[in-house]
Amino acid sequence: MHPVRKQRLIVVSLVVVLSSAAVGLVAFALRDNINLFYPPADVVAGKAPVNRSIRLGGMVVEGSIERSSTELDTTFWVTDYEASVAVRYSGILPDLFAEGEGVVAEGKLNSQGVLVATQVLAKHDENYMPPEVAAALEGKTAPGEAATP
Amino acid sequence: MWTFIHKMGSPPWFFRFSGVVVQWLLPITIGLLLVGAAWGLLVAPPDFRQGNSYRIIYIHVPAAVVALAGYYVMAFAGAVSLIWRIKMADVTMRAAAPVGAVLTAVALITGAIWGKPTWGTWWVWDARITSMLILLFLYLGVVALFEAYENKTAAARACAVLSLVGTVNIPIIYKSVDWWYSLHQPASIKFTGESAIDSSMLYPLLLMIAAFYCLFALTVLLNMRAELVWNHREANWLQQLVRKV
Repeated sequence: MHPVRKQRLIVVSLVVVLSSAAVGLVAFALRDNINLFYPPADVVAGKAPVNRSIRLGGMVVEGSIERSSTELDTTFWVTDYEASVAVRYSGILPDLFAEGEGVVAEGKLNSQGVLVATQVLAKHDENYMPPEVAAALEGKTAPGEAATP
Repeated sequence: MWTFIHKMGSPPWFFRFSGVVVQWLLPITIGLLLVGAAWGLLVAPPDFRQGNSYRIIYIHVPAAVVALAGYYVMAFAGAVSLIWRIKMADVTMRAAAPVGAVLTAVALITGAIWGKPTWGTWWVWDARITSMLILLFLYLGVVALFEAYENKTAAARACAVLSLVGTVNIPIIYKSVDWWYSLHQPASIKFTGESAIDSSMLYPLLLMIAAFYCLFALTVLLNMRAELVWNHREANWLQQLVRKV
């Protein structure tokens, strides 16, 4: 390779490597701020600020959803299988909100450690499958399909 | 091999070569898009939780994948232009930028449309979505930076540096869902091990990704040809070509 071009190649590589390193260091320093939400374990351990708006993310505990019969109020527990945090929310929940599914709730922690949410988002997982496959995985028969004797 | 690469740098040769490629690529792209879309929208089964709304995946994922890959094409052309000072590399870099910007915008918009019913919000500042927005600005930045210069050689050099610096964003976008807690789900298509998406939904998706790669190549080539015509509008070879037609 021509020496001038070789030198340019080195400069170009240095530009890419150094700028990547710089951005990498910034991202590493800000890693806590890049996270969209706190897992329940961090909230229970007291790592999340009280009385400031935070987001909590995890799975809705099975059987923990309690709906008020007269209002839109809902309470449920969010877990990361290490710790659980109670969430209180008044409003319309997204379609995919369900027990055992992912959720991200935004709101303030009160003194009892309950997250009073102003917004609840459903967190979809990466699994995509047809209803029949999902039913088969759960050991049930798909709708419209005769049970084999 | 080397003579082929050398020939690619010559505008008249490239113009003729790309003409043949476009002739074949156009029907292939349209065919792949039609088959992929029909398969994905009509034949593939609905999702067990999202029903039919998941079908936006057949636009969203291909657009996002090719937007990331297209950035590497642009940055690589930028590096070639900086090191070897080949004019054709500048043309490639410039041609890729607007196409990449449109694909990134498509990925962001379809993601927002899907996010509203699925997550309950159009937009959230999580790592994946924010880094994707930065990608859009990088693409638009290359387009704008080129226009900002009077001297087009200096413009190409500045654009090449910008696109090279921006390459750091691509692995960040790709790994953002694994490195940080984000609302966006991790990748469903896995290179190692079994994908988290059922094969009946995966095959049309892979077909659409192939279709979008072809679409990207096709639009970039057409863009390059348009630019070559403009740059060489007074050149002999082009005028002879026009007179023949």
